[in-house]
Amino acid sequence: MIEFRNVTHRWSGVELLGEVSLQLAPGTFHFLTGPSGSGKTTLLRLAFGELLASAGEVVLFDRDRQRMSRDDLARARRRIGIVHQDCQFIDHLSLAENVALPLLVAGRVAGPEAQALAELLAWVGLADRRAARPPELSGGERQRAALARAVILSPDVILADEPTGNLDWEMSLRLLTLVVELNRMGKAVLIATHDLNLIRAVKAQVAARVLRIRDRRVQLAGAEL
Amino acid sequence: MSPGRHPAGAPAAGLAAMAADRVVPPAGFTARLTALAAAAMAFLAVFALALALAAGRLADRWQDALAGTATVRVAAPPEAMAGTVRAVLAILAQTPGVAAARPLDSAEQRALLAPWFGPDLSLERLPLPTLIDVVAAPAGFDAEGLAMRLAAEAPGAILDDHGRWRRPLVAAAGRLRLLALAALALIGGTTAAMVALAAEAALAANRQVIGVLRLVGARDAYIARAFVRRFTRRTLFGAAAGTLAGMAAVAAMPAAGAAAGLLDGLAPAGLDWVLPLAIPGLAAIVAFAATRAAAFRLLRELP
Repeated sequence: MIEFRNVTHRWSGVELLGEVSLQLAPGTFHFLTGPSGSGKTTLLRLAFGELLASAGEVVLFDRDRQRMSRDDLARARRRIGIVHQDCQFIDHLSLAENVALPLLVAGRVAGPEAQALAELLAWVGLADRRAARPPELSGGERQRAALARAVILSPDVILADEPTGNLDWEMSLRLLTLVVELNRMGKAVLIATHDLNLIRAVKAQVAARVLRIRDRRVQLAGAEL
Repeated sequence: MSPGRHPAGAPAAGLAAMAADRVVPPAGFTARLTALAAAAMAFLAVFALALALAAGRLADRWQDALAGTATVRVAAPPEAMAGTVRAVLAILAQTPGVAAARPLDSAEQRALLAPWFGPDLSLERLPLPTLIDVVAAPAGFDAEGLAMRLAAEAPGAILDDHGRWRRPLVAAAGRLRLLALAALALIGGTTAAMVALAAEAALAANRQVIGVLRLVGARDAYIARAFVRRFTRRTLFGAAAGTLAGMAAVAAMPAAGAAAGLLDGLAPAGLDWVLPLAIPGLAAIVAFAATRAAAFRLLRELP
């Protein structure tokens, strides 16, 4: 669904990622680790089509990102649920409206996903905060809302950048259970995280691969993970 | 659990209906400013339109009123005046295209001169020419041929077909109409520019909203539509209010009688009252096109 073919990304002549080859196929689960500034977010943004590869190809649903029109990219993004670290929201909409935004954009406000909104909010522990505005939410609540928004359309691919950074252990596991369930349905998952305990917890449930970025190159992590 | 359904569970409470243009913040300063500017522009447009219509009517009126008439001015010594007038009337009676001709009597001449000399003017003491009012048949007459025949057969009789002062008046009225139409075009252009600037400002101020919409897969057309609807609606409402105010102002202009000329005819007549009602719709179309163009331009520039 998403494939990196020998991808290099440079910014102002500086190489941020080099020679990345990676395939996010249906049903795969990948973790991405590495120190801060190693390029995890860059890789996720390349996978979401926000950044363009300086060399190589990023293929989104069988289309080369470089050759995609803006409309093609928008359509591809509806098949990708993403959780950014900064969890952007539309501040004048309620939390529920923000979570439902992908449904509105996709014209599916009357579909089964819309019916499941309330239960999705309950699952991420935000049922009683549905009317709150984003500025009123804590960091953890924002992360949970961002994950709910990312999965509400049942996307083919889920990308998440430190999605549990502000959450307690119990809530982190709860959210990961949701992601694991989606992965079992055939969704591809890529999560960038520092949290080794989280990786171990997930690996106990599904066959997840752990990738590590070192010296701007992506490697398969060792058996210790 | 079936694919495509959430692990979060079965269908539950429905999603409240949410209009697509709700994604744009509801009370932007630029949106209010747009409505106000549209109202002002529509108000001015009503006046420009009324002026264009009035100038057109005035030109037609002058054309119609003067085209069918002419005057023969007979200047002759008192003892020869009656004979010359008879000769002129005979020539006019034989001229094809002349429907009627009659000399003005002294009361009519006194009325013509009264604005300058007052009502107590004694015509007998003034060496005035005799004026013969000529009414043309619908087909008209050959003014040049008639003037030449009068010069040959009735020396002292001069034909005035009013063209000398009618043409500049009609041309002036035509220019006035053109100016009013140019003003309308300028108002339309200014409205488009203002709405486009306001829309661009609104888009630039809502980069975060645009970023989030792109995050969830919104196409540029979807994002633009949310802004275009907002600005088109504001312009429509603003222009409607401005148009109604403008029409009320035009209708309330005091009647100044025939002496007022153009001013007296500024209020639209009959079906012309329908024309200003098109201004809000036209303003909305202008706003739609301007906002859409501005939105797509800015969205292409945004990463």
